[in-house]
Amino acid sequence: MSFLSVRNLTLRLKNGPRLLRRVSLDVAPGEVRGLVGESGAGKSMIGKAILGILPGAVEIAEGEIWLDGTDLLSLPPTERRRRIGATAALIPQDPLTALNPSHRIGPQITDRLVHILGWSRTDATARALDLLAEVHIPDPERVMRNYPHELSGGMRQRILIASAFAAEPKLIVADEPTTALDVTVQKQILRLIAGMQARHQTALLFVTHDLGVVSKVCQRLTVLYSGMVVEDASVTDFFAAPRHAYSAALLAATPKYTDPAAGLLPVPETVTASVRAEVEAFDRAMDSAINERGLADG
Amino acid sequence: MLDGRSMIRRRAGLRLWLSAGWLGLLLCLALAAPWIAPKDPLAQDLFLGRMPPFWQAGAEPGYLLGTDSLGRDVLSRIIHGARLALLVAVVAGAATCVIGACLGLMAGFLRGWADLVISRMIDIWMAFPPVLFSILLIAVLGPGLWSIIIAIVVIDWTRFARVIRAEAMSQGAMDYVASAHVAGRGRLGTMLREILPNVLPTIVVLLTLEMGIAVIVEAILSFVNLSISSDDPTWGGMIAEGRSSIHQAWWVLVFPLITLFLTVLSFSQLGEGLKDRFDPVLR
Amino acid sequence: MQILRILLMRLTTTAITLLGVAIIVFFVIRVVPGNPVAMMLPPGATEDDIARLNALYGLDKSLVAQFGIWLSGVVQGDFGTSITSRQPVLGLVLGRLPATLELSIMALVIACLLGGAAALTGTRYRGTRTEAAIDVADGVALSVPDFLWGLVLILLFGVLVPIFHISGRVTPSLDLPFTTNFYLFESLLRLRLDLWADIVSHMFMPALALAIPLAAIIGQLLKQSLKETMNLDYVTLARTKGYGETRVILREALRNAALPTLTLVGVQFTFLIGGTVIIERLFSYEGLGNMAIDAVINRDLPLIQGIVILFAVIFTAVNLAVDLLYAVLNPRLRHA
Repeated sequence: MSFLSVRNLTLRLKNGPRLLRRVSLDVAPGEVRGLVGESGAGKSMIGKAILGILPGAVEIAEGEIWLDGTDLLSLPPTERRRRIGATAALIPQDPLTALNPSHRIGPQITDRLVHILGWSRTDATARALDLLAEVHIPDPERVMRNYPHELSGGMRQRILIASAFAAEPKLIVADEPTTALDVTVQKQILRLIAGMQARHQTALLFVTHDLGVVSKVCQRLTVLYSGMVVEDASVTDFFAAPRHAYSAALLAATPKYTDPAAGLLPVPETVTASVRAEVEAFDRAMDSAINERGLADG
Repeated sequence: MLDGRSMIRRRAGLRLWLSAGWLGLLLCLALAAPWIAPKDPLAQDLFLGRMPPFWQAGAEPGYLLGTDSLGRDVLSRIIHGARLALLVAVVAGAATCVIGACLGLMAGFLRGWADLVISRMIDIWMAFPPVLFSILLIAVLGPGLWSIIIAIVVIDWTRFARVIRAEAMSQGAMDYVASAHVAGRGRLGTMLREILPNVLPTIVVLLTLEMGIAVIVEAILSFVNLSISSDDPTWGGMIAEGRSSIHQAWWVLVFPLITLFLTVLSFSQLGEGLKDRFDPVLR
Repeated sequence: MQILRILLMRLTTTAITLLGVAIIVFFVIRVVPGNPVAMMLPPGATEDDIARLNALYGLDKSLVAQFGIWLSGVVQGDFGTSITSRQPVLGLVLGRLPATLELSIMALVIACLLGGAAALTGTRYRGTRTEAAIDVADGVALSVPDFLWGLVLILLFGVLVPIFHISGRVTPSLDLPFTTNFYLFESLLRLRLDLWADIVSHMFMPALALAIPLAAIIGQLLKQSLKETMNLDYVTLARTKGYGETRVILREALRNAALPTLTLVGVQFTFLIGGTVIIERLFSYEGLGNMAIDAVINRDLPLIQGIVILFAVIFTAVNLAVDLLYAVLNPRLRHA
């Protein structure tokens, strides 16, 4: 039984093109799933759709998002938001903009515990201090009183990780959590997320464009191209033998730390052209289905 | 997205036409006042004091919007009052515009000591309450049409200077100005031929807004009885009289107030509408 | 450290501005045709009397010397004697100041409440008819100055539905036990709620007239700024934490969005104070502005000078206060 189950999710810009095309994916309790694709493939949109923070111009055309046995899309907005707040959390991409500049660090971690989960201030503060220590922040008590601009990017990302784990969520969506950081900090943060995930046994959806990261952190992965799932496999199987031509090309295009001399191979034109043909065929089929339904209704 | 933009444009177009229409009507009334006003605006008839407008019981035929306490026709006074209001709007607006825009251009494009002096003066001007300043100037200059116009120019040139200075500064930093320099054009030539045309839309918008302000200033000055001689019909003077007899004859206040309200609103909406028209993002 | 430096810089420019104001006020008034001293003497005074009084006031000296005498007096708080009431200008002006301050502050509070409510409602219901209606109301409120709103309010709530007083500061028959001229505050401190209600009922209409244009400006600026803030990452993150949209707007976005609005509100507040001159006249409210217009009509030049200078001091003080408030509210400046 998977904890998160996305079924046939289709997103589109209002009166515009599709961004996701019948995407389905599952995350079992305590499992780490990587979500890989080029930029623009729609991988971040999946995370946003799950957490209910899609931009105003994007609408859900079809699909279900089951979180802990409930279809989120069937809930009224307020209830949906509460449910998400109580069971899921986000580790955002850019630590520099994801903390509110006019609030101190402490309340930014503890407020949801107090206001959404009904903890006492004392309990929430104690919990926040524990978590800050767990993400290796020196002198947590002082940091709780700091403003975001007084801390470095790496520190802020640690705080955001601590904050994400604060309410013991069953699912965390990490949206390219290391992309905005220095290379030296990236590794530490990656190890930190993996360690926290293992200790708290949280299901983790790890959105990234970096297959190297996936091989280190994830158990399963989903490869997206142009809003379509092209491969869903376990990490060991995938790296041994990717089934889809595009995934294989993507894997070949990833630099290997073990063999830098091998160089970078671009994804061949023939491969992308064939995937794009699949996407177009899908859109045609969807559009004609919608037209038929429209005719039947009219 | 496209739908929203065209809706904004249509709404902007509507308000542009409505306000231009009202101002055009007012201009016609002002120009033709002696021929179309039903009564002599100065003629008093103490037996016909405070007659209500035509739809109320006890109205006097021929006095459509009633009479004031001296028996003068409210409608005719409004029509004649439009002459002074629009005269002040046009003359004071234009004079303020020319002086303010010139100073703003000089400060923003020539920079240096000109900017220093003009900016400091703008700061000082900002420390004066404008209404009090205008009343003070009228007290010094003595009441009269020219005093009103001078007072408006002296007080409001900063409105133009501030905005045009900023615009000229940002235009002056652009490449086309540098290339005009390279092409051998002098500073004055560059200012008039390159910068001025680019700040012209802003000037037109500000001018429209300023005309509305001039109308209000004139009304305020005649309200405190510092405009022209108190017998001559002015909207502000009518409002002052209406204010004092508000419980006996509401119409003496209401009709000039509605006229003034619509006129000021129209100038301002015309200005805002033109701003949207000129705005390259919306165009 | 940084706050101190900003303070020093601003104090210097403020001093220069005030000096400029003093120069302009002095010379504008000295241009007045007619000898101001002659007006102080009873009819029938001889040339000799006038000359003696001229010497007393330093009017026989050069303009620059006169300015020096006048300015040194002003700096020491000597604004001269009112021609009409024969009392020191400073006392007269300070006696009226509380009335104008109370009116301005009440107007500012109303403007912030109305404008804030408009901006928050517009943001909460963005993209709906509610937002469109608020935009139109803002546009009209902004286009029409306080003077006309005052007249509209007089008609609506003074005549049509007479629920508020439309002239004066307090009902004249009431017995006032006050020692200061801050009626609104003092009645509250003395717990005389009957008097307080009467004073509020007198002040509400003029204060609302002053507040309407400013409320529209606050509404527009704050909504613009809120909309931009609502797209920032930390607001999005807050949404995933389970808070309701209203709480997200109030707690996460409002404070950061309000900061840029604040400086503009400061400048606009000085315009509001300037508007009290005509609004006080319109509502026969016994404040500085009403006194100024009387002084102009009576050609009481020392009194006019005193009032204009006091207004200029208030204006520059407000601008200074806003700059400092901005520095205090912005955590980045505070801790830098």
